[in-house]
Amino acid sequence: MKITLKIWRQKDSNSKGAFKTYVAEHVSPDMSFLEMLDVLNNDLIRKGEESIAFDHDCREGICGMCSLYINGHPHGPLQTTTCQLHMRSFKDGETITIEPWRAKAFPVVKDLVVDRSAFDRIQQSGGYVSVNTGGVPDANEIPIPKKIADEAFDAATCIGCGACVAACKNASAMLFVSAKVSQFALLPQGKPERKERVEKMVAQMDAEGFGACTNTGACEAECPKGISITNIARMNREYFSAITTSYEVAVKGGD
Amino acid sequence: MNWFTTLFTSTLGRKLLMALTGLFLILFLLVHLIGNLQLLNDDGGKSFNLYAEFMSKNPLIQIVSKGNFFFILLHITVSLFLSIKNRNSRGSERYAVTSGNNSPWASRNMGVLGTLVLVFLVIHLKDFWAAMHFTEMPKAIYDGVEYRDIYSVVALWFAKGWYVGLYVFCMLAVGFHLWHGFASAFQTLGLNHQKYNPIIVFVGRTFAVVVPALFAWIPLNMFFF
Ligand code: HEM
Ligand code: FES
Repeated sequence: MKITLKIWRQKDSNSKGAFKTYVAEHVSPDMSFLEMLDVLNNDLIRKGEESIAFDHDCREGICGMCSLYINGHPHGPLQTTTCQLHMRSFKDGETITIEPWRAKAFPVVKDLVVDRSAFDRIQQSGGYVSVNTGGVPDANEIPIPKKIADEAFDAATCIGCGACVAACKNASAMLFVSAKVSQFALLPQGKPERKERVEKMVAQMDAEGFGACTNTGACEAECPKGISITNIARMNREYFSAITTSYEVAVKGGD
Repeated sequence: MNWFTTLFTSTLGRKLLMALTGLFLILFLLVHLIGNLQLLNDDGGKSFNLYAEFMSKNPLIQIVSKGNFFFILLHITVSLFLSIKNRNSRGSERYAVTSGNNSPWASRNMGVLGTLVLVFLVIHLKDFWAAMHFTEMPKAIYDGVEYRDIYSVVALWFAKGWYVGLYVFCMLAVGFHLWHGFASAFQTLGLNHQKYNPIIVFVGRTFAVVVPALFAWIPLNMFFF
């Protein structure tokens, strides 16, 4: 396959970026999208040019590190991660435009690499269960209905890749935050910190500069893990009931 | 910040205001439609004029009407705040290539559709509401009592083709706004449940088609028949 690539090149976060066009002459349909970029980078290095920076790690679709906004879709045309996308999803002779995630809260570090530490800070603000050390509890000590366990697990499959933010016309992080809120709100272990958690995580989300939700559903349609916007409704519910009934929580966000 | 300001300066709290005011405006549309349908009664405008008189005299209706103005202004103000924040959230650089096939058209264009509704509202309020409240009206006499003849004012406007066209076009905007907005409000409020989602979507879409269609039918009917 012959593929023309329009790729966003940007030296660092302070420089102005621009598209640069490359031609990949011998692309195998069995290559993954990232392998295609690896080959292109090898060529660039051989020619003495600077290789294209992009994020990746596990290449198994589980770590959430790979990104790339491909032809108007985060992770490309399929509902999967970019590392699990193969060149057979494209046509011979096609032109592919590759951009970094675009969000104020995800500044470009270099080329196609963005800084997603805003997600880490949201998690750190409340996306955990405080467990005091002690003996290992018996596995069946706390009964949890299967349906609830499944729903919590579905929310927990979020890999924090940021495709929801990239896909959303408002660069909103609601799908990510709501998945993290839901995963704990559904389970007994998450109950003690339930109200405080959602208040703090929403405050941090807003402080990072993510947008609001217009309920377009684009995030759900693009999420490689199929996280449902039902979680967003749950987060809204959790938030409204928390903020109106909790003891006052000191939320600051930002620092 | 205390919890109250925290709530209403948060993205979620602002959406809460959008949803609550939006749902109130939906109720208002329904009541307004029932009134407007009186225009179709073949009685030279009597039932419409009596209805208009009742609405502008009844103290309870007047309070609700003040509330309605306030909610419209709130809906518009908050939508402005949200739209600006949402636009800024993308950052300084925007995507070169975007795709629309991951979300419905109306959901991505609520701001544009709302603005069309606003343009309509301004024209509509000037021609009918302000005319009724601030200008000398023609009079009609029923059973020896004098009433303001708002019917003849409406009939005059609805005899103009371009005005009817504009009216129908704006009703299309209302329809699309609600095609997404109705169900969206429930999602925003967190009222989302497997059992009820299909009902909410069905009622919302039916409302978004039937109510604007009936609104539009009135001037079309008066123009053509
Ligand atoms: C009869 C008049 C109107 C009705 C019944 C109405 C109803 C609604 C409803 C139910 C929603 C969904 C709320 C949600 O997603 O939670 C909505 C959203 C919205 N409305 Fe309206 N609306 C009206 C007029 C307007 C006007 C005049 C404007 C602006 C000038 C406007 C701008 C918006 C915007 C921008 C949204 C989307 C907000 C967002 O999700 O980001 N609307 N409307
Ligand atoms: S590289 Fe880990 S999910 Fe793609």
